[in-house]
Amino acid sequence: MSNQEQNSPVLEIRSLSKKFVKPLDFAGKIAQKLGSNIREEVVHAVDGVSLHVNKGEVVSLVGESGCGKSTLGRMVAGIMPPTSGEILYKGQNIASLTGEDAREVALKVQMIFQDPFASLNPRLRVRDIIGEAPLVHKLTTAAEQDDYLDDVMLRCGLDPSYKRRYPHQFSGGQRQRLGIARALAVQPDFIVCDEAVAALDVSIQAQILNLFIKLREDLDLTYLFISHDLGVVEHISDRIVIMYLGRVVESAPTEELFAKPNHPYTQALLREIPRLDARHADFTPIEGEIPSPLDPPQGCHFHPRCPFATDRCRQEVPQLKSVAPGHMSACHLNEG
Amino acid sequence: MAAAVQDDGINPWRTFASDFAEKKLAVLGLIVFVALIAAAIFAPWITPQNPYDLNQIDFLDGRLEPGSVGSQITYWLGTDDQGRDLLSGIFYGLRTSLAVGAASTLIALVLGGALGLFAAYFGGRVDTLIMRIADLQLSFPAILIALILVSALGQGVDKVIISLVAVQWAYYARTIRGTALVERRKEYVEAATCLAISHRRIVFKHLMPNCTPPLIVVGTVQVAHAISLEATLSFLGIGVPITEPSLGLLIKNGFDYMLSGDYWVSFYPGLALLITIVSINLVGDQLRDVLNPRLKK
Ligand SMILES: Nc1ncnc2c1ncn2[C@@H]1O[C@H](COP(=O)(O)OP(=O)(O)O)[C@@H](O)[C@H]1O
Ligand code: SF4
Ligand SMILES: [Mg+2]
Repeated sequence: MSNQEQNSPVLEIRSLSKKFVKPLDFAGKIAQKLGSNIREEVVHAVDGVSLHVNKGEVVSLVGESGCGKSTLGRMVAGIMPPTSGEILYKGQNIASLTGEDAREVALKVQMIFQDPFASLNPRLRVRDIIGEAPLVHKLTTAAEQDDYLDDVMLRCGLDPSYKRRYPHQFSGGQRQRLGIARALAVQPDFIVCDEAVAALDVSIQAQILNLFIKLREDLDLTYLFISHDLGVVEHISDRIVIMYLGRVVESAPTEELFAKPNHPYTQALLREIPRLDARHADFTPIEGEIPSPLDPPQGCHFHPRCPFATDRCRQEVPQLKSVAPGHMSACHLNEG
Repeated sequence: MAAAVQDDGINPWRTFASDFAEKKLAVLGLIVFVALIAAAIFAPWITPQNPYDLNQIDFLDGRLEPGSVGSQITYWLGTDDQGRDLLSGIFYGLRTSLAVGAASTLIALVLGGALGLFAAYFGGRVDTLIMRIADLQLSFPAILIALILVSALGQGVDKVIISLVAVQWAYYARTIRGTALVERRKEYVEAATCLAISHRRIVFKHLMPNCTPPLIVVGTVQVAHAISLEATLSFLGIGVPITEPSLGLLIKNGFDYMLSGDYWVSFYPGLALLITIVSINLVGDQLRDVLNPRLKK
């Protein structure tokens, strides 16, 4: 805690929630009027999540598919509004900003997407994909746009002479670099990477991860890194936050999490990572299916799959509590 | 711009053209259609006579058989009851028919396309309102709505176009909405939102270009539909005015003489209408196959 600047959160989330409501269709409404107990389908994709990311940090958000990671990332990036809760950028509540201030903060938080194909508009040339936003927001002028783009493209390892090409003329890894260049072109300082390497070949994953690390050093970036795979984020994260069915179950500095995982779910996730030194050891995937988010289990969401579950787990939601400095976990086992 | 083409690698237009040319019948349809358009555009310069200039018409040449030699010219397709050269009449009629078909299709496409895009992008009430009206309208036969509108608005080329637009916009709205609902969920739209690009720009610059291929297919087929709707209205005598006759009106004018054996007065305009509609449909069908990625190998 020596340097105040280093430890002030760039981004802070306070009990953020997102519910998706699928309205009843016409037949459903009539059935409901007639006394049937049909109800609207509600998915509580993100359920009261709080977390913070300090300047220069890489925080990873990890959990199985469908646990609400992308939804959280989209809310942080301003793509969809939260149902409740607050998002603070450098201490300012994003929802309270309007006009020019809102736009400025919106540009400071950018997102890199999972799908290197769907995330690039197939009808636009590279120069428009990367160059549209900086031009619209007057970060550059039409006359200087070429130099501006050359600079961004070089930084991302792209050949600037490809400016007139269309996305389909690039490989998956290059397309992901295009997505990164598009985000960097508006000079952000916080980046949400949503499974940004999951769709790539393993050899290319490493290149893109290295690019992220290099860009962080060059441009003073702060990352929220989303992944379903603990192994992918191990070497780039300062801290890891584990999510299960919309809730945070554990958060700790990376080394501590790998050395002393507290939550039974985290322990199970760690057992799933294939280790070089344990290639022939028994591989035990987590028992049981992920419960339906439409109808999550009572109490601790993890209890149907947890080997230590007790009656209390089936009824009472465990709260996130500190188990060591900087290490939080939400499990009843911690209360003896 | 030779360098630019090289830089692009594959030229999407060339691929498109060679895919289209795979079906010979479609190429034939395209050639005929282009020829018809040329005939319509250049009618005043290529027809033997201006059938609406009274000085050029000899009333005594009324209802001459095809191939007859008149006082000034040979009537290859015969003449009508006023002594007008039918071939010239058909070229001029094509002019009106194609113009009405193209204008109404274009306006309906722009209007319906924009409404469908808004419906898909904004969703919620905007969507419900626009699509309810479209569904309601599509549940009635097109000709019925056109008939009611034309009788309410009165005669005139502009009134016919307005009615055809009112009948057709819903097809485009529905088509583009379906595509746009899929496109809107793609990550490139989220990326644009994240980059604080305005709604207007997202709709027109990002969403629209990705939703137009199916619209082009529907548009081509709808030109044929508009032309036949207009022909029906004119045949019923409530379409275009007598001063600017379309193919439909020519058919109507000759229809009375069908039974007395002077078939050509009605038959040749009818044939021209048929060829027009078939050629457009051939082009439209092939466009649908070429532009539908699911059918591509
Ligand atoms: N736009 C949406 N409308 C309705 N439900 C959604 C939407 N986006 C996500 N969901 C639901 O929210 C839950 C979490 O999804 P997501 O955030 O994509 O999870 P993850 O990224 O962890 O795989 C899932 O059950 C998903 O079906
Ligand atoms: S609270 Fe109970 S069910 Fe949940 S992880 Fe802890 S022991 Fe398992
Ligand atoms: Mg996801």
